[in-house]
Amino acid sequence: MSTGWSGPPFGPIGVMRSWLKPRPGSGDRKRRRSSLVAWVILILGVFYFLLPLVATLEFSLRPKPTTLAYTNVLADPKFGGSLLYSFTIGIITIIVSLSIILPTAFWVRLKVPRLRPVVEFVTLVPFIIPAVILVFGIIRVYSRKPFVFTATEFGSDALLVAAYVVLSFPYMYRAVDTGLASIDVRSLTEAAQSLGAGWTRIILRVILPNLRTALLSGAFLTLAIVIGEYTIASFLARNDQFGVYLSLLGQNKAFEPAAVSLISFGLTWLAMIVIALIGRGTRDRIQITGAR
Amino acid sequence: MSFLELTGVQKHFGLTVAVENFNLVAGRGEFVSFLGPSGCGKTTTLRMIAGFETPTAGTILLDGADITYRPPNQRNVGMVFQSYALFPNMSVGDNVGFGLRVRKRPADQIRKRVQELLELVHLSDKLARYPYQLSGGQQQRVALARALAFEPQVLLLDEPLSALDAKIRVTLRHEIRAIQRQLGITTVYVTHDQEEALSLSDRVVVMSEGRIEQIGTPFEVYNFPTTGFVASFVGTLNVLPALVVDPGAGRLSVGGQQIRISRPVSARTGSTLSLALRPEMVSIGEGPAGSNVVRGSVVDVSFLGSIVRIRIGIAEGVNVTLDVFNEPTLILPKLEEAITISFPAEGPLVLESVPVIDTDALVAEV
Amino acid sequence: MTALPLRVRRRPTFSWVGVVPFFLFAIAALGLPLGFLVIGSFQDREGNLTLQNFSDLTTGTIPIAFMNSIEVSIVTALLGGILGFLLAWAVIMGGLPGWIRSAVMTFSGVASNFAGVPLALAFVFTIGNLGLVTKFLFETFGLSLRRDLGFTIYSKTGIEIVYLYFQFPLMLLIIAPALDGLRREWREAAENLGASAFQYWRHVAFPILAPSILGTMILLFGNSLGAQATAFQLTGGTIELATIAIGRQIRGDVLRNPGLGYAMAMGLVVIMAFSITVYTLLQRRSERWLRS
Repeated sequence: MSTGWSGPPFGPIGVMRSWLKPRPGSGDRKRRRSSLVAWVILILGVFYFLLPLVATLEFSLRPKPTTLAYTNVLADPKFGGSLLYSFTIGIITIIVSLSIILPTAFWVRLKVPRLRPVVEFVTLVPFIIPAVILVFGIIRVYSRKPFVFTATEFGSDALLVAAYVVLSFPYMYRAVDTGLASIDVRSLTEAAQSLGAGWTRIILRVILPNLRTALLSGAFLTLAIVIGEYTIASFLARNDQFGVYLSLLGQNKAFEPAAVSLISFGLTWLAMIVIALIGRGTRDRIQITGAR
Repeated sequence: MSFLELTGVQKHFGLTVAVENFNLVAGRGEFVSFLGPSGCGKTTTLRMIAGFETPTAGTILLDGADITYRPPNQRNVGMVFQSYALFPNMSVGDNVGFGLRVRKRPADQIRKRVQELLELVHLSDKLARYPYQLSGGQQQRVALARALAFEPQVLLLDEPLSALDAKIRVTLRHEIRAIQRQLGITTVYVTHDQEEALSLSDRVVVMSEGRIEQIGTPFEVYNFPTTGFVASFVGTLNVLPALVVDPGAGRLSVGGQQIRISRPVSARTGSTLSLALRPEMVSIGEGPAGSNVVRGSVVDVSFLGSIVRIRIGIAEGVNVTLDVFNEPTLILPKLEEAITISFPAEGPLVLESVPVIDTDALVAEV
Repeated sequence: MTALPLRVRRRPTFSWVGVVPFFLFAIAALGLPLGFLVIGSFQDREGNLTLQNFSDLTTGTIPIAFMNSIEVSIVTALLGGILGFLLAWAVIMGGLPGWIRSAVMTFSGVASNFAGVPLALAFVFTIGNLGLVTKFLFETFGLSLRRDLGFTIYSKTGIEIVYLYFQFPLMLLIIAPALDGLRREWREAAENLGASAFQYWRHVAFPILAPSILGTMILLFGNSLGAQATAFQLTGGTIELATIAIGRQIRGDVLRNPGLGYAMAMGLVVIMAFSITVYTLLQRRSERWLRS
C-alpha cells in the first residue's frame, strides 16, 4: 500500500521536484501543472478533515484552567468505567467471533468448499442490515418468552456481544479467509498430517501462527468498531458502553464531551495504527466501516 | 538514406545511466532489433523514440524532423506493448479505430480503415469482441492493428511476444515480419530473445549495460561477433581456454591438444586466452584435410528434436558441445565412448578478455 | 479391515461439525431476529396474514422519513463520491510525494470509522451555535450562520455535512485500488495513438473507472441510509429519517401497530440489499476489465 518516503518535505515545490525527477513519464511541464491541482485538492481535503478536530480541541480547552475538561473527565469514575466496559465487551466479542469464524473458515476451505458461498453470504449480511434493524429484531425476539434475555443485566450484555459478533463477521471472515488463502491451508495441513500431527496440533501449532497477522488485524478492527458503537448499545440500555456514555455526557455537560470525543478519536487512531503496523507487507487491506 | 536517426542519445535516471551514447541510423522500411538482457537499456531507448522518456542528451530525428522533445501524442509513431495495453472498455473495432477517432477522422473512413487492418491481422470476425474475450495472441494482433491504423511513420514493438506461448510466438513472429514487409514500415523491435532478433531483423543492435555492443546484420552479429558479450549472448557458444604456442602461426593448445586458427594471435607465447567456438562448427570424425582434430570422450547426449547436442570432454574441465542434425539413420554415440571431433581453422574466434568498444566507430551507414 | 470403511464413512459427518456452531449462531443472532421482522411485517395485530403494513408505509410521516433518508443519502453519496474521487486522484495520480499518499490512506481509515456520537459532537463544536467556525465568522465578519445564512447544523444540510466526513474517506479507500488498477500502458498507448490528456480521460480512464465510481457511490448511498447514531446525536430525532423512525419504534410502539414498524425495517433492508447487489455487480464488471 505504502510507497514509502520518496523525498524530504522541503515544502511543496521542493517535494514536487524531488518526486518528479526520477519518475519516468511524459512531459515534466504537464505533470507539474497537474500536481499543482493535486496540492490544492489535498490542502482543501486536509482542511476539511482537520477542522472538526481542531475545533473539538479548541472547545475542550475553553474552560479555565484550560485542562479542566480533561481533569474532570479523568476524575469521573464513569469515564474509566465505560472504557473498561467497552474494552471488555470488545475482547469478549473478539474471542467469540474468532472461535466461531476460525474453525468455520478453516473447515469450509478444507472440508466443505460447497458451503463457501453460503458462509460468505451470511458473513456479509451485516453489510445489508443496518445496526438499528439488527437490534430491532434482537430485542423483539429476545425480550419475550421463551428467551427473556433483556430482563437481566447479564442477558443484555450477552445480546450486546452477540450483536457485535454479527457486526464483526464481515471483517473477521475476510481477514481469516484471506489469511488462509495466503498460506495454502491444504498443503500445510496435509504436510502436518503426513508428519503425524493431530487436528488440535495442526490448528494450534501450524495454522494459527501463520494467521497471526490476519487475526490481529481482524481483532483490532473489531475492537475499534465495538468501542465507538452507540446504536445497538443504547437500544439495549447498555449505558456503560463508551458511545452511550459519551452521548449522555453530551446532553449534560458542555466541555467534557469535547475532551472525550478527542480521546475517542485518538483511540480509533491507535487501533488503526496498530492495524497498519500489523498489516505491513500484506497485500490485502481489510476495509473498515464502523458504527454510523 | 536515413529515416530514423539517433545521435549521442543518453538517458540517466538519477545517478544510474540507463543508456549511454546511443547512435543509430535506420533507413526507410528497415527492420531493426534491439537485443540484450533485461536492464540493458533497450526498452528505455525505444521509449525515448516513442516520447515516453526524455533523453538526458542527444537528438532523435524522424524523417529529418527533430522529435527529441516532442510530446508522444504528436509523434506519429505506433507502439505495441508487451502487455498488449488494449483498452478494456472498448471493443476490438474501437481499439483499432482509436488513433483515428482522436484525430477526428470521419466515421466511415475510420470504419473502412478498421476493417482493412483487421483483415491484415486476420481478425475481421472479432470486430465487436472485447479484449477480455480474446486470447493473448489475438489481443496482441489487435494491438498491432491499432498501432498501424493511423499510418505511423515508425512502428515500435516492445517485447511484443514475450507474454505468449512458444507456438503462438513463432506464428505471430512470422506474421509481424510479413505485415512489416507488406507495409514497408520502418520498425524497431525490442527483444531479449536472440532467435526472434536474428530471424526478424534486417539489422540487430546488441546492447549491454546501456551501451551498444555491436550493430550488424543477423549474419554478421552471429558469425563475426566483435565483442565477447556478443559472442556469448547471441547463440550457443563453447568458450575454451587456450595456451598460446606460436602466435604468428596461430598455433594454440586446448586441453593439451594442438590446434591451429586461421588468423595470427596478438598474445605472447605461453599466455592464455579464450576461444569461442560455435557448436555447429564442430563435427564428428576427422573432417576434411587441414581441419583441427581433437580427441575426447562423450560426456552427455541430449536429444533436442531437429538436432542432437553432444557434449565431449577433451581434457579435465574442458568440454566442447557440438550439434548433429537428427535423422532416422543417425547412430548416437554412447556415454564415455572415445570420440574424435574436428573443426575448421576458421571456426574458433579469439575473445578479448575486456572488450573495448568505440560505439561511434560502429555506427552503420545505410 | 472392516474398521476401515466405518472410519471413512464417519469422516464426512465429522467435517460438518466444524460449521455447525457458525450456523447455529447465525440463526440465533441474525436469522431469528430478521425472520421475526419479516414475518411480523406481513401480520396484522391479530397475527393474520396481510399486506396492509406495506401500503401503510405511505401514511403519516413515514414517507417523509424515507424521502429524507434517501435525499441525504443521495446528496452525501454524490458529493462524497466526487470529492473522494478527486482526493484519491490527487494522492495517487497527482504526482504528490509517496508519504502523503500513505498518510492520507491511513487517515481515511480512521476518518471513515470516526462516526456516530463523537463525530456529531465534533461538528457541533465546529459549526454548532457555539462552534469554532461559527464564533470566528461572527467575531471577525459579524456574520451569523443562523441569522444571516439561515444555516443550522441541526438540519438536513447539517446532517449531510457531517455524513460527508465518513463518506468522503470511504470513497477514497474503495476507489484507490481502482485508480491503482489503471495501467500506465493504457495512458501511454492512448498518448502514442495521438490522444490528448483530456481525450485519454474521456475515452479510456473514465469509462474504465465508471463502474467502480458508480458502484462505490451506491455503496456510500447504502452506508448513509443505514446510519442512525450520528443523526440521532446531532438532531435528537427532530429530523425525520428512516433509521430514526425505526429507532422510535424500538423504544415503544408509537405507531400502535408493530407490523408497520417491521414493514419500515423491511423497506430499509430492501433498499440496502438492492444497492449492495448493484454495487457487487458493478464491481465484478470492473474487475473483469482490469484483469484482462
